[in-house]
Amino acid sequence: MKESTIMKIHYGTALASVGLVAVHILMRLTTGFADSLSYENVLANYQSVPYVVMLELILILLAVHGFNGLRVILLELKQGRVYEKAVSYGVVIGMIALIGYGSRTIIMTNMGMV
Amino acid sequence: MTQDENKEGIKGMANPGRYGIERIAYLLMRLTGLGLLGYFIAHVYETSNILRGRMGWDDFLAMTQTTEGHIFLVLVIGMCVFHTGNGIRIMLGHGGVGVGKPARPDYPYDPASQNYRHKIGIYSSIVLAAVAMMYGMAVMFGE
Amino acid sequence: MAQVSSVADEQPPNPLSTTKSILLRISRFNPEFDDSNKFMEFTVSYEKWTTVLEAILDVKKHHDHSVAVRYSCRQATCGSCGMLINGKPRLACFTKISELDSNVVTVEPMNNFPVIRDLAVKFERLFDTHQKIKPYLINDDSELDSELDSNKKEFLQTPKEVENFIQFANCIKCGLCNSACPTMTTDSSFVGPQALAQAYRYVADSRDKGKDTRLDIIDESHGIWRCHFAGSCSQVCPKGVDPAMGIQFLRGYLLGFRS
Repeated sequence: MKESTIMKIHYGTALASVGLVAVHILMRLTTGFADSLSYENVLANYQSVPYVVMLELILILLAVHGFNGLRVILLELKQGRVYEKAVSYGVVIGMIALIGYGSRTIIMTNMGMV
Repeated sequence: MTQDENKEGIKGMANPGRYGIERIAYLLMRLTGLGLLGYFIAHVYETSNILRGRMGWDDFLAMTQTTEGHIFLVLVIGMCVFHTGNGIRIMLGHGGVGVGKPARPDYPYDPASQNYRHKIGIYSSIVLAAVAMMYGMAVMFGE
Repeated sequence: MAQVSSVADEQPPNPLSTTKSILLRISRFNPEFDDSNKFMEFTVSYEKWTTVLEAILDVKKHHDHSVAVRYSCRQATCGSCGMLINGKPRLACFTKISELDSNVVTVEPMNNFPVIRDLAVKFERLFDTHQKIKPYLINDDSELDSELDSNKKEFLQTPKEVENFIQFANCIKCGLCNSACPTMTTDSSFVGPQALAQAYRYVADSRDKGKDTRLDIIDESHGIWRCHFAGSCSQVCPKGVDPAMGIQFLRGYLLGFRS
């Protein structure tokens, strides 16, 4: 993939996640911070499909943005063909693993498998 | 780094003291980005405790809803707000917005791209982060 | 080793003279014999117009002629005398001791450049990256072959078209920007702000038709995308090239903001 395409994705995920993360944080302030983190309230949030879709989007957008940022920092620290390939594949694996693990939580909770 | 290349290394990247607020913003952007990535990974793991039922969730809440946990969260709020605000400033800069116009240079050769617009953007991000941190503290410690 | 010298030995002391003195610390390093650099110290007198280069040459003349330093024009035109002066990359001929506001002046070779000896560094990497971006006008030569249409014998530009790129043509290849760049402190493959600014110089030139070629060259993992707009390159440029501005404008082409 061309570096310009990767960076367009990096900028796009950043802009898209700003609003979604703001909504996610504001949800914690609707019923009082401590109450909003209670087991029942969190479960109720997971039953709402729009909320679950928002969580999944945040997960994917931030995983892509964060791991690409890590890739950039690691590529600047050291160079070499083998190292750069390892970094590129490593961050993709990390990205997929995190998205997979987070999606598991979201889907299982939404389906009531707690 | 080898003497051959005479590169400053991480010490040079992490030393923002010689070039003004823009270099400091560059360093803070890196630090907040890494910090937020670490928090994000931990947050995804932390929230997976909902699958352990009420006991598992409450156990984890007991660990995070402490004074130390709240202070840590306040820092995360600050990092998030700075990274977002400065990120938007940088994206505008990358698109050529606010970096000035080319012109025939004249003594003292002040760079047009290092102008007050971007400096205000950086300082605003820092101030907004501080305000957000104070609001976060008011919410978490006020209850 | 502190030694006393006078910048203007030939003239008798003037009771109205404003001569002061500073401690000049010069980094000494010979890669053939030394493992790391060491500093030699000299007390040097200076007037308010004395430049760091003049102080270094005074040391060479009166104390240690083996100090290796590169210089030529002494008027910030050739770009030879770039070095770290009190931790910041500057041209020695363009930096007055009086403006440093310090009793101690430390001069070291520019970082991110391999050291030849003492203050002289190798410029091969800068030349290589500069060549990589094709620093010449790329145009269809057939336009110049026509003898029937005299208009095609020269490329006409309006003053506005010249304004678009002339600032970036001021580059004297001194390397201060590459020395100041935070990416170049760790990334050996990064093209550097000097090459990127020169890429923009040609892309912005209305006579040039090589925009796509150059954009392809810099659109790689160690190309333009490893610039993060820290702006240090523009802070240290002695000729007002403002590489950071050129790089952001260049990025605009790749992001689709400019065409």
